[in-house]
Amino acid sequence: MATYQNIFTQVQLRGEPEAGIDLPEGSEPRIGAGTFNHWLGLIGHAQIGPVYLGWTGVLSLILGFVAIEIIGLNMLASVNWNPIQFVRLLPWLSLEPPGPEYGFTPFVPLAKGGWWILAGFSLTSSVLLWWVRTYTRARALGMGTHVAWAFLSAIWLFLVLGFIRPFFMGSWAESVPFGIFPHLDWTAAFSIRYGNLFYNPFHCFSIAFLYGSTLLFAMHGATILAVGRYGGEREIEQITDRGTASERAALFWRWTMGFNATMESIHRWAWWFAVLTTLTGGIGILLTGTVVDNWYLWAQQHGYAPSYPSTGVVDPATLGSAGK
Amino acid sequence: MNRITAIALGAIATLALGACELAPKVTSQNGYRGTGGDTVQLKKVAMAKDEVPAPPYDAPSTEGPRAKETYQNVQVLGDESAEQLSYTMAAITQWVSPEQGCNYCHNPANMASDELYTKVVARRMLQMTRNINHNWQSHVAQTGVTCWTCHRGQPVPTNHWTMPTDAPKGIIGNRHGQDNPVAASAYSSLPEASLALYLTGDPKKDQNIRVQSTDMHPSSVNKTSIMSTENSYAVMAHTSQALGVNCTFCHNTQSFQSWSISTPQRAKAWYGIRMVRDTNGQYISSLAGVFPANRKGPLGDPFKVSCATCHQGKNKPMGGYKMAKDYHALWGDPGMAPVPAAMPTAGPAPMPAATTQPVAVAAPAKTAKAG
Repeated sequence: MATYQNIFTQVQLRGEPEAGIDLPEGSEPRIGAGTFNHWLGLIGHAQIGPVYLGWTGVLSLILGFVAIEIIGLNMLASVNWNPIQFVRLLPWLSLEPPGPEYGFTPFVPLAKGGWWILAGFSLTSSVLLWWVRTYTRARALGMGTHVAWAFLSAIWLFLVLGFIRPFFMGSWAESVPFGIFPHLDWTAAFSIRYGNLFYNPFHCFSIAFLYGSTLLFAMHGATILAVGRYGGEREIEQITDRGTASERAALFWRWTMGFNATMESIHRWAWWFAVLTTLTGGIGILLTGTVVDNWYLWAQQHGYAPSYPSTGVVDPATLGSAGK
Repeated sequence: MNRITAIALGAIATLALGACELAPKVTSQNGYRGTGGDTVQLKKVAMAKDEVPAPPYDAPSTEGPRAKETYQNVQVLGDESAEQLSYTMAAITQWVSPEQGCNYCHNPANMASDELYTKVVARRMLQMTRNINHNWQSHVAQTGVTCWTCHRGQPVPTNHWTMPTDAPKGIIGNRHGQDNPVAASAYSSLPEASLALYLTGDPKKDQNIRVQSTDMHPSSVNKTSIMSTENSYAVMAHTSQALGVNCTFCHNTQSFQSWSISTPQRAKAWYGIRMVRDTNGQYISSLAGVFPANRKGPLGDPFKVSCATCHQGKNKPMGGYKMAKDYHALWGDPGMAPVPAAMPTAGPAPMPAATTQPVAVAAPAKTAKAG
């Protein structure tokens, strides 16, 4: 009898939905008794719910909805409430932060960026409340709080971009617009303004951890799938009671690269790489414009930007009048 | 069989979504190896020959009686020979109004009359052409420009732009001068007012595009915000698209700022941007009172030039063909270039020329950024 689900044994268990452990005192009741969905069962667990929202979840969803509404309605207003233009131009539309003339004051006319501050405040509150939820729910289940701390690392980068760095720069205008192309243009303009972000060492760290994360994710995912036929996806059991799946996976990596992570340590590798991506990224952004204004010149000073032979081109602005 | 169909469909979907351009390309290296200083072009684009009209007839002598002695009211080309004047006029007709003919600018009963606004414009354009060929060889070198470089057989050049209107108050219909896929900002969401910021205004007052600090630490010298950097980015995107080249045609992207690792084309472009600024500021804006309303933008300013007006997707207009060498009259001293008087019939000549000066220009862009 197949008792677990993977792509080779497409068995969806049906019965009394798993309700989970008893909640600690003071908890709200879970919502719903749980139900099953065949289609979701094809890509994950077939059981849906019960869910636990609590006041943090409810408030978080409301504030998140408010943020999306502010952003969406501002974009819709910018095309004269025309739904066709809204769909057609959506990738270009944006909700821009206040201009440099407003500094970092929270009191900005709504049409001049006030809506951006309100949307940002709602979104930040929503995200922070969701963070509280990931923490308290993990505690309620008697789990560790690894998910919450990893999430906080992402929130750190989000807050550096939209709040902490603008605070130190004394200007909302430094922060990122809401919008698909506009936030990408912001990213490019940020690198242009500050002399090539590639020479920001924390940007380098962040990229190394980001690419490292994808590599580790691919290696780990591939390894577990490859030993799935031996029950390898029961990773937690394999940590304490190493079976043939774990033995084969470990042997494979020792054969191919001489070293293997353990069933336990591979998850610490992945967790740290993911967490450090946004942690170092946030540090890099925070240093830009506050401590270093031109990363290319900084990298030259510290001997780590390669130098190319001079082309002999001279800045025409130093040569006097523009015309003949 | 099903599996083969699925793989084929998957491959087709991937190719379609990847927007693969399968046409043959030509590549050339224009920067130091390893810096991405390459130009990749579709072969059919790179090899396309721009149409260049032959001279109307063999260029006549520059000797003989002067035009101003032979004809009346010849204000710009008066010092050319009379034969050269006729030759130049024949060429201009072919370049600018091949269908409409001489009468597009001239009253056939009195060729000397200035009653048609097009003639006043044409005179100013001759001064402008001479100014470019005479004073801006830092950009056009010995190749020079003719009316054809922009007009290509049409009375109004295809690639032109006008001052953007002020953003409305409030948020309705207000896109803050950006988020609009138009040619001026290379179809990006960058500010479309960037041409107004950099490509017009008082030519004597420089408007630098550069945004990076010359010192590695922050100081009060450079307080350029990300928002205003987007203007700089937008005008560069325009230049890139107008010339059909990438950033690395001029820049080593290691440092957009550093001149000593940039290509010589960057200095050419630097002069070009100032040439366009001079052309718009000194010559085209001065025609605000001459053009009728249908030849002006919503703010009442005449259609202006940008990099795209001449270049039209080529890093050298018409592949660098030296067309202007056949036209002696286009190389002379432009003279003092007095501002033409407003045409009495120019319709509701709306705005004083001052509105297009740089202070007023920068202002809408700034408020545009504010929201």
